Amino acid sequence: MELLSLFDLAVLDSTIRLATPLLLACLAGLFSERAGIFDIGLEGKMLAAAFFSAAVAAVTQSVWLGLAAGIAAAMALSAVHGLASITFKGNQLISGVAINFLAAGMTVLIAQDWFQQGGRTPSLIGGGRFPPITLPFVDAVRGIPFIGPIYAELISGHSILVYVAVLAVPGTWWILFRTRFGLRLRAVGENPAAVDTAGVSVVGLRFAAVAICGVLCGIAGAYLATALQAGFVKDMTAGRGFIALAALIFAKWRPWQALWATLLFGYLQAIALRPDIIERALGFTVQVQLLDAMPYILTVVILAGFVGKAIPPRAGGEPYVKER
Amino acid sequence: MTAPAIELKGISKAFGPVQANKDISIRVKPGTIHGIIGENGAGKSTLMSILYGFYKADAGEIFIKGDKTEIPDSQAAIAAGIGMVFQHFKLVENFTVLENIILGAEDGGLLKQSLSKARKTLIELEKEYGLNVDPDAVIQDLGVGMQQRVEILKALYRQANILILDEPTGVLTPAEADQLFRILERLKEEGKTIILITHKLREIMDITDTVSVMRRGEMTATVRTPDTSPEELAELMVGRKVLLRVDKAPAKPGDTILDIKGLQVKDDKGVERLKGIDLHVRAGEILGVAGVAGNGQSELLEVLGGTMTAAGDVTLSGEPVDLTGKHSDGQSRRKRGIAHVPEDRQRQGLIMDFAAWENTAFGYHHDINYQRGVLMNNAAIRIDTAAKMERFDVRPPNPNLAAKNFSGGNQQKVVLAREIERNPDLLLIGQPTRGVDIGAIEFIHQQIVALRDQGKAILLISVELDEILGLSDRIAVMFDGQIMGERLPSETNEKELGLLMAGITDTDKPHSAEEVAQNLAHSHGEVR
Repeated sequence: MELLSLFDLAVLDSTIRLATPLLLACLAGLFSERAGIFDIGLEGKMLAAAFFSAAVAAVTQSVWLGLAAGIAAAMALSAVHGLASITFKGNQLISGVAINFLAAGMTVLIAQDWFQQGGRTPSLIGGGRFPPITLPFVDAVRGIPFIGPIYAELISGHSILVYVAVLAVPGTWWILFRTRFGLRLRAVGENPAAVDTAGVSVVGLRFAAVAICGVLCGIAGAYLATALQAGFVKDMTAGRGFIALAALIFAKWRPWQALWATLLFGYLQAIALRPDIIERALGFTVQVQLLDAMPYILTVVILAGFVGKAIPPRAGGEPYVKER
Repeated sequence: MTAPAIELKGISKAFGPVQANKDISIRVKPGTIHGIIGENGAGKSTLMSILYGFYKADAGEIFIKGDKTEIPDSQAAIAAGIGMVFQHFKLVENFTVLENIILGAEDGGLLKQSLSKARKTLIELEKEYGLNVDPDAVIQDLGVGMQQRVEILKALYRQANILILDEPTGVLTPAEADQLFRILERLKEEGKTIILITHKLREIMDITDTVSVMRRGEMTATVRTPDTSPEELAELMVGRKVLLRVDKAPAKPGDTILDIKGLQVKDDKGVERLKGIDLHVRAGEILGVAGVAGNGQSELLEVLGGTMTAAGDVTLSGEPVDLTGKHSDGQSRRKRGIAHVPEDRQRQGLIMDFAAWENTAFGYHHDINYQRGVLMNNAAIRIDTAAKMERFDVRPPNPNLAAKNFSGGNQQKVVLAREIERNPDLLLIGQPTRGVDIGAIEFIHQQIVALRDQGKAILLISVELDEILGLSDRIAVMFDGQIMGERLPSETNEKELGLLMAGITDTDKPHSAEEVAQNLAHSHGEVR
């Protein structure tokens, strides 16, 4: 049966690698939006993080310094978003759009100024990239049928950031639903007045959420430039921030569902890279453009109501103003 | 003599040029229920917001149990033992009761221990004060009465000794309000101090020990409740003598104007909101429709006003009214002589950012007097608006002022003037005096009665039973999309209407408050 080739190990392996930045960005958005701050600036934050991580990694030859720089860059943009939408009670969508434009323009401009390579960073080599990690016992289990190859090929051999992203899912769940901070964070996205009258700072909580969003976006961007690829190129996020937002709606703002949603979108991206497999499996050629568009088409279909009603956090998008 | 639970000395607060509170001093004795009464904008809410740390007073001091206390934020108010039950509940709708109660008062960083401790405390509080609530119920599944209990429990969980309630009965049925008052009495017996903010004179008379009256930011009087009367309080609030009863002659009903048979409405989720309504209104008669909000009255008004489609037969002066076709819109209704004063004037009656003259043209913008060729004759609309504002005593009588800059009562007068002055055969009017000052209520009621006396038919919808009883010539009670019965105002009372509003028709038998609450929760659940 040729259809099975749609799910061969190579495709699934690249699904995981492509889903990772989506997952990190999706969780970033989850923290922010659960606290009532809509963030369409995920894309811009990832892009800035991708550039600064690649630039610092290229110069210092240390991928860890690169990661730190990426996170710092995304957090700086988060701070801008927070300042505009929390402190000054501005429109969150406008602030997000501004961040996307700012990141798209500034990264290329600075890249050209620093490296003179037409808006890219030098290719990262050696210590400038995150190497794949080989998990323990790979050689021991490789021989076991079915499970062996899955462990050796699919689960082992990714960069550390992939494992960080996967662990971030239960981590997010635990923080949101098992801790005091999580309770308050969810409450501030639903009814900030309830949090305020309970004597807890709405502004503080929302800034905390936006900061966490920045950290996760930073990791996502650094992953793109220093693990998935070897260096920064113009607009390398390629809409991943928006796909992550779609996945967030698909997941109804819940962490485990975010994992499944981003894996699905990651799979669609992975399969789009392999038109040969699709042709073999289906027996006809599907245009690459159509494959590229699949995540978006799927999003529209999903939003049209195929997953039931997705209710966003009730206070989302609204600056909190104390009433008399 | 024991120190007062709360003492305010010389509290003043201004918002720009508006002096919301002017040198206010008040002493509240511990273990009493102290009422604060005043019109909208008299400064009650500002004063309480200062007490709860929302605003900082420009001048003045606060003493709690005799100790001078600074209250810079809500945290400090809670620490000082002050609990607040707001008019609009501050609950997270998709959280459970327990989660709402611990929010902001958790023990430690993890939820588990906080939740189990809160569960124990809650059971003790329930026993102590008779406040039964299911700790695991989700807020949005509870009726308003229950949600209010959660707010009270929230305050008690934070060990509040002083409980401030802001207009607590605004959303309750009479039965639920009685239940609340019993809870307050119990809290008082246990030594809690209660401050009750309201504009309802009857509540003040029923339950408070002392009452303070506010007018235009000042405290005009503080008296022992047994020593005063509703008439005296109303006069203190408004600054002049006010007629509390609606003064009207008996109705002289004529022919049937509006006849409704088997009216049915389903909402977009397919839930039946009106389950076959039969009603009629005659010329020269006010039919009052009573009911707890959300039992189909709004839909009835919207169908008749032309903003919702329905099934059934409706005739106006014998001619059929189009309920689904292209003549089922508001414009067609107005042409047929139906005027509509909607329930929510700020959302449906006015555009708040538009000037009074623009608002006056809405719905009647096709009026030939408002046209000049293909353009609007704005000058004519302004002149017409100014005249209407004069006749309806709108203050200030300035047609260029945006709707949002008028007080609630004056906004309502703008809407009323627009609709009544068109000389309709049928006036649909929803919540005519919601958020309106006593003085303006008197005026609005007089206008409605005057229209009736001209031989017009009036369909009145209100959640205020006082208003229904005072204004109507006939009363129909709605529950769960049905008419539970019709009564004459002279032959019924609040208690009977309250039971009908909860869907209980055998009103001559005794019914427990629990039964009423259960019935109501059932209807809320189904209607929502």
